[in-house]
Amino acid sequence: MVVACEQVWLEVSNYLDGDVAPELRVAVEEHARTCPRCRAVIEGTRNIVRLYGDERMVEVPLGFGSRLHRRLEENISPRRPGLWKGWAIGFAGAAALVLVMVGIGNIPGAKDQQPMRVQLAQPGHGVPPDLPVVVASAGSTFHVPGCKYMHDKTGLRTITAAEASQEGYTPCVRCMKKYLTDDEVQALEEVERLEEMASQ
Amino acid sequence: MAADTAPLAQPEEQRDEAALIRRVCNGERELFYELVKPYERRLYATAFAILRNEADAEDAAQEAVLKAFKNIGKFRSEARFSTWLIQITVNEALMRRRKQHSDRMEPIADQRDDEGNYIPRDFADWREIPSETLERKEIREKLAQALATLGEKYRDVFVLRDMQHLSIEDTAKTLNITSASVKTRLLRARLMLRDLLAPGFGGPWSSRLSFEKGNKPW
Repeated sequence: MVVACEQVWLEVSNYLDGDVAPELRVAVEEHARTCPRCRAVIEGTRNIVRLYGDERMVEVPLGFGSRLHRRLEENISPRRPGLWKGWAIGFAGAAALVLVMVGIGNIPGAKDQQPMRVQLAQPGHGVPPDLPVVVASAGSTFHVPGCKYMHDKTGLRTITAAEASQEGYTPCVRCMKKYLTDDEVQALEEVERLEEMASQ
Repeated sequence: MAADTAPLAQPEEQRDEAALIRRVCNGERELFYELVKPYERRLYATAFAILRNEADAEDAAQEAVLKAFKNIGKFRSEARFSTWLIQITVNEALMRRRKQHSDRMEPIADQRDDEGNYIPRDFADWREIPSETLERKEIREKLAQALATLGEKYRDVFVLRDMQHLSIEDTAKTLNITSASVKTRLLRARLMLRDLLAPGFGGPWSSRLSFEKGNKPW
């Protein structure tokens, strides 16, 4: 196989990437041996690939890493107390009302239907909506993955906090505590207490 | 511009990245920075190559990392984490560039036909350049200037393929073009850069800093 200069120029990139058929590779190398112009093109292009691929080509502004880290930290652990204060007002009362409506365990199947989740969970609380959380199919609360207070792990799923809220789950008062105000924690604890009564 | 001297990422095989990703997904969110730290240099470089402005590049890289964090649950283990991060960064940077340049005409180089033959302009004999050459700031600046003269569509492909070492397929996927287009544009980009730089490296640049005496390489 014999190749012309134009074909070498056309294939130089593929040749350097090892992306040409073996016979074409041999032909290019044969050609370059006797053609100084094509040799210059091949070696020059090889230099380009090597020099630009070198990590020293990249200059990162001083402090870039620490600024990135700081911004990430700010976003990973946002404290937004009070955003769902309005939601918490009357939360315990609403919980009690729902429990009364379902008869606190006197209605057969009430426990399985998880009325608390459906009736009480509201969107727009202080937990970051895109926070990955885990929920169990039989549970009523959502948790940060790995929460040690999550006992029932049947049908465990990872979803966002917003999705969990939409499905009726309420935040775990322990692992989600940092997102909650004292009033909210108190309200949720009351819900848990009443729900436990309902299940007995 | 001051430069950090942090090394590039270790090979992914040497870090139990998959385990780290699992831990982040399982709630150890603070570990996310450990996950991206080896790549932060590459992310900045990618954003800078596209936006060509330090402040914009830093902001885009930061935003990309935040998006990666928010979407870590969508990361599929069959992909390389570094490639996934770079793809998010490219998308962020391209989006910003589109906003910035929506009223600007494309450079002439962008309007060339991809399929046309490209004939090298310069045949200077360019022997292997030692990598130590890059220790010289002047040389790095010349390389950066040459890269900046390329049309965007050539520069984007070149940056992803030759500077970020993405595969042809990943480059194509990231830029939403075909693999054939990646190869064509890559050939063009490499040859254009060679044309721009060969006269300097083959001649004047061989003697230290000679181009500073008014002997411009292009």
